Amino acid sequence: MPEDQPLFVIDDLHVSVEGKEIVKGLNLTARRGEIHAVMGPNASGKSTLAHALMGHPRYEVTKGKVLLKGENILRLKPDERARRGLFLAFQYPRAIPGVSMVNFLRSALRSVRDEDVPVREFRAMLRETMDLLKLDDEFVRRYVNDGFSGGEMKRAEVLQMGILKPEMAVLDETDSGLDIDALRTVAEGISALADGTRSFLIITHYQRILNYVRPHFVHILFDGRIIKSGGPDLAHELEAEGYEGIIAAAQGAR
Amino acid sequence: MTERKAVDIMSDGYKWGFHDEAEYLFKTEKGLSRAVVEEIAGIKEEPQWMRDFRLHALELFEKKPMPAWGPDLSDIRFDDMYYYARASDRAERDWKDVPDYIRRTFDRLGIPEAEQKFLAGVGAQYDSEVVYHNLREELSKQGVIFVDTDTAVREYPDLVRRYMGTIVPSGDNKFAALNSAVWSGGSFVYVPEGVRVEIPLQAYFRINAENIGQFERTLIIAEPGSFVHYIEGCTAPIYTTNSLHAAVVEVIVKKGARVRYSTVQNWSTNVFNLVTKRSAVYEDGVVEWVDGNLGSRTTMKYPGIYLMGRGAHGEVLSLSFAGRGQHQDTGAKAIHAAPYTSSVITAKSISKDGGRASYRGLVKAARGAKGVKSSVRCDALLMDDDSRSDTYPTMDIEEQSALIAHEATVSKVGEEQLFYLQSRGIEQQEATKMIVNGFVEPVVKELPMEYAVELNRLIELQLEGAVG
Repeated sequence: MPEDQPLFVIDDLHVSVEGKEIVKGLNLTARRGEIHAVMGPNASGKSTLAHALMGHPRYEVTKGKVLLKGENILRLKPDERARRGLFLAFQYPRAIPGVSMVNFLRSALRSVRDEDVPVREFRAMLRETMDLLKLDDEFVRRYVNDGFSGGEMKRAEVLQMGILKPEMAVLDETDSGLDIDALRTVAEGISALADGTRSFLIITHYQRILNYVRPHFVHILFDGRIIKSGGPDLAHELEAEGYEGIIAAAQGAR
Repeated sequence: MTERKAVDIMSDGYKWGFHDEAEYLFKTEKGLSRAVVEEIAGIKEEPQWMRDFRLHALELFEKKPMPAWGPDLSDIRFDDMYYYARASDRAERDWKDVPDYIRRTFDRLGIPEAEQKFLAGVGAQYDSEVVYHNLREELSKQGVIFVDTDTAVREYPDLVRRYMGTIVPSGDNKFAALNSAVWSGGSFVYVPEGVRVEIPLQAYFRINAENIGQFERTLIIAEPGSFVHYIEGCTAPIYTTNSLHAAVVEVIVKKGARVRYSTVQNWSTNVFNLVTKRSAVYEDGVVEWVDGNLGSRTTMKYPGIYLMGRGAHGEVLSLSFAGRGQHQDTGAKAIHAAPYTSSVITAKSISKDGGRASYRGLVKAARGAKGVKSSVRCDALLMDDDSRSDTYPTMDIEEQSALIAHEATVSKVGEEQLFYLQSRGIEQQEATKMIVNGFVEPVVKELPMEYAVELNRLIELQLEGAVG
């Protein structure tokens, strides 16, 4: 891979759900080690973007490209995208009754690495990540997301991210519904992975997670497009002015 | 043959022509008559009372109508069947006649060839015979009886005569009557007062060609304060050239005793599997049925719990898997005839490729049975849009104080669950397996380890080719 090739490129992406266009020409480039925040009000297309990037079958990409390490991944199935290093932390993860977290994590890791992971190594990795997220042993014996509280679900998502160590992680409102302690824990989980080789796309409605995970770039999403991009200060500007002010200013500038 | 094709055939009840070219030592003529029943009793050299029991049952069978409800049984040809055939001492039929898909399943389950032949009814397994004899010796020191029911009639006639037909009378239903008339083999278990049998008793240890007979009769008697876990069948395919399996199982749980009865059966897909299983539980006794039904063309099976004594408790945990051309009509009955009795029924079903699973259940609280508690939970998992699941619960509550809960869910192996697992790198087929294995986990965890592992593998095998 050439040095200057970006890790992740979203190029003129259009996404429709049930025939209705939700994402309307979105562009974003993330280089290795960069943390990008995509912020937007409700119904701006945040979750649609997240689902389309991971390849959910109901989100139809009608135009554009998504390049991961130079490869257009849009024709790949979700599991193939995951094996190439993409990860999505879900806003509303699904419960899989009867499947323990630990078995699920092991299967996922085996799939992503395409080889069996020695039990000892897996245990050590699990221990470390669980400690970081302040999860006890009992947690991984529970069934995947079954009866989890909102906070537990988000921690479980970050736990998976910590085990799978994706190169490109998309977090879909992972901060929503968290109290301040849980938010800090989740943020620490993200920071632990941010070692300069991985990139993050943090999709969020509020700027508060960005107090803990400092983004390099902030993008404002509105009506399916990025209407403004900037540095970390943009999040503070947003906090001061609200979406309405930023949107009005951006639209006025056109 | 590709893997996928093998599984396709496995889930299809009609493609395979089953031959019946076996050499038998004794075989009654086709169809059912007084002469045939007399002949069976004669071959077995049975006492007059058993002969009478059979003949009486035959009369009832002839009078009883076919069930007017439930699955379609119109393809059963009573006149076109052999009701008793004893295999010759050597191989009953040729191993090469066993269909590929059955052999493949044996292989995939990791069952050794000797055992495969035994399970498919073509071989005798001498090693297991030794194991069985050792087991029997150990048990008999404690006064436990574990023999096939034919042997029981010879060696323990008083016990058999006293209990057989008391829980499932011959006239209970057409198939119970049929079994009572022509029964052969099955297990007889007697556990004396206060004896706890710590190792599960497994029917496959018993070497008897009739063991996997089509009309077996099982009778389990647990005296007060005793405990036994009986395991019947296993998850391996049960290959049979006959198309009707009509067993009767009676379990008597006396005061403070506990009996657990586990079975996971996987019949070849030409079989009508019509089984009557019932238990009577006395004061503070506990019965637990763990019942898995795979294979067969049609299954009708509703383990019954008759709670006859104060504080008696019963549980049914059942799982059925309906593939193409299959109808699994399963469920449970809990009859609360005494105060402070309780029951828990958990029924899970999976349907795929147009298979049909139905839950049929009855909970009855008799007048005067105060403080009854019962909870029923049915979960159905549909693998695709062609498959079908129905629930037919009946509640007959004559007592005000009864607490009855019924909960039913139907879920599809959902796009969202699959997407979630796939987003973690897990391929669709493996993701489907994970979801299904998770679904059956409550049943699997109640089985001894080797059965649990086998059941999981078998389910995976049935799922292959189901997605794509």
